Amino acid sequence: MELISGGDMLVRALHEAGVEYIYGYPGGSLLHVYDAVYKQSAVKHVLVRHEQAAAHMADGYARATGKPGVVMVTSGPGATNTVTGIATAFTDSIPMVVISGQVMSHLVGDDAFQETDMLGVSRPIVKHSFAVRRPEDIPEIVAKAFYIASTGRPGPVVIDIPKDMTMPNERYEYVYPKKIKMRSYTPPQRGHSGQIKKAVEMLLAAKRPIIYAGGGVIIDGSSDKLRALVDRLNFPCTNTLMGLGCYPGTGERFVGMLGMHGSYEANMTMHNADVILAVGARFDDRVTNATSKFCPDAKIIHIDIDPSSISKTIIADVPIVGPVGAVLDEMMALLDEAGETPDADALETWWKQINEWRQRHGGHYDKNDSQLMKPQEVIEAMWTATKGDAFITSDVGQHQMFAAQYYKFDKPNRWINSGGLGTMGFGFPAAMGIKMNFPDDMVVCVTGEGSIQMNIQELSTCLQYGIPVKILCLNNGSLGMVRQWQDMNYEGRHSHSYMESLPDFVKLVEAYGHVGIRVEGRDQLPQALEDTFGKYNDRLVFLDVAVDETEHVYPMQVPMGSMRDMWLSKTERT
Amino acid sequence: MRHIISILLENEPGALSRVVGLFAQRGYNIETLTVAPTEDETLSRLTMTTTGDERKIEQITKQLNKLIEVVKLVDLSEGPHIERELMLIKVKAIGAQRAEIKRTADIFRGQIVDVTASVYTIQLTGTSDKLEAFIEAIGAGCVLETVRTGVSGIARGEKVLSL
Repeated sequence: MELISGGDMLVRALHEAGVEYIYGYPGGSLLHVYDAVYKQSAVKHVLVRHEQAAAHMADGYARATGKPGVVMVTSGPGATNTVTGIATAFTDSIPMVVISGQVMSHLVGDDAFQETDMLGVSRPIVKHSFAVRRPEDIPEIVAKAFYIASTGRPGPVVIDIPKDMTMPNERYEYVYPKKIKMRSYTPPQRGHSGQIKKAVEMLLAAKRPIIYAGGGVIIDGSSDKLRALVDRLNFPCTNTLMGLGCYPGTGERFVGMLGMHGSYEANMTMHNADVILAVGARFDDRVTNATSKFCPDAKIIHIDIDPSSISKTIIADVPIVGPVGAVLDEMMALLDEAGETPDADALETWWKQINEWRQRHGGHYDKNDSQLMKPQEVIEAMWTATKGDAFITSDVGQHQMFAAQYYKFDKPNRWINSGGLGTMGFGFPAAMGIKMNFPDDMVVCVTGEGSIQMNIQELSTCLQYGIPVKILCLNNGSLGMVRQWQDMNYEGRHSHSYMESLPDFVKLVEAYGHVGIRVEGRDQLPQALEDTFGKYNDRLVFLDVAVDETEHVYPMQVPMGSMRDMWLSKTERT
Repeated sequence: MRHIISILLENEPGALSRVVGLFAQRGYNIETLTVAPTEDETLSRLTMTTTGDERKIEQITKQLNKLIEVVKLVDLSEGPHIERELMLIKVKAIGAQRAEIKRTADIFRGQIVDVTASVYTIQLTGTSDKLEAFIEAIGAGCVLETVRTGVSGIARGEKVLSL
């Protein structure tokens, strides 16, 4: 029987759990573990420049691959620096395992150097957490952490390891469990058949239906099943910000994103619907607007793996708890069995109405002849340049909404953004995590000059590992979304939303050994895009594009209104 | 409405803090909380009373059920149940008051468990309402100190909360 140290156990267990990359930063409490990492090559470690970026890299990896991302940080500040990244993953139900070092067990509670109660700090933003108390427990804890993080409604799991659990000279028997079974954690495997039958009957009887699909469809890997159902029923489909790509953005039954900055047609279709099938979506406040005025005529069928998401903000008429894929399979089987189709005449009338709504707004924005571009057209040009097939990550603000509205995602797992928590600084490290795992794909971080500065130090990591992501910075010299709200609600008083003394981004990225291109006007954009994806394909390119700072994101729902109450431009309201 | 939620919890360090943290973090109200290991040393039994409308209680139970360490959960107030709370109460007892307090304690089936020349310490068991009624009966003015365990509860009949 081979005996190994706690540090070696940790690294071996990570390998057995299927880990390819660890994103992290070493420090005192983890030195034994880092030595164990050094002595092997199965698990690769990526050294970031700030621990928050490690968490976002792991997150980007997880969103693109569906597998848990792994973060490793030292105790104290190393651990607390990951908090924003953990919260980001938690809010969007992203599988992640965070290993945090801890001071020696006998020092815990003594306010030792670099001691923080990481389990306490992270408690509200994790799915679960473990403290290692015996080195021989490490393999089982790692196996459990991956099981919990990646099953049911996924989420981040923290493993806190005191330094004395990893001593190189204390060796123990290594046993990695073949199967994990926990009496207190059994995620649902299928939905309730009676409820699914009721739902199918309701769908078949619908006259003005809509399918409202969210991130849960992507997480479950069930986009194909959703597409099949939408097409089979000939129902309109809308996606949440987190769900973009689960139904093709260029599909004819797609009415666009819904919610605060949703399309006119998506919000109108929702408001006037008689049956809403919500799939892996959670009726977030950025979707529903005022819940008291939400879709007054609609009966609601809600499929979600997390029972606490159902009837939390909007009461479901037919709740179905279960994995999206299993429930959709059963729905399709029932439809096949019944051999019935929805009311074709009613649907024809409904589609006629929806197409009228499409005509009215349809993603319109005011282009003009000045050289200074609108941000929307930059996104459209990038969509064309990447043939709509890139992984797009974003930060948070106007650029995020423009990317969501104007980049049509035809595939799932391609749109990577911090939808729930709204974390500025997310996009760039997330893009890095993706590019390392999809070296042959185009990976673009759409950002603004505000957000990018929240994790810009990672340009250094990209140099070290040769990560040629593309950064598209929509530079309007102001915190655009804040400025928009100040324009609309604070009589244009731009309190601290103006960014004076911006760096010269081209020089900055050149200093880090990358390529920077400044685009001042419309005429320069095509060449810049061509170079970015052609000549500089294997380099990190920072495209700093000047855009109109007065532009607003529309449609925008009127606060406290219903789904259909929207501003469509600075002057036009529904 | 007041609800009594009874939980079988993994008897592990940190489990209780997750339950309590959940209430703080989501703005739920804990009125009473009792927790102790069961005959199975791997499990703790936790009873909490909370208030809220049906939707709120539904969310509370769903959120509690999501905690990995929560093994089983029941809302005792949904069915017939027995609830008990224990109170130790220290009261001023001088002169004629002494006999009166003793009589009142007897009526409530309380026991005087400690005596000095001027103070009685009384032990009382019952529903929360009964404990409050006792305090009212002897008059809040003579109460020096109270300590209550919080509510413990169990379902009536054959229903059991176990693995």
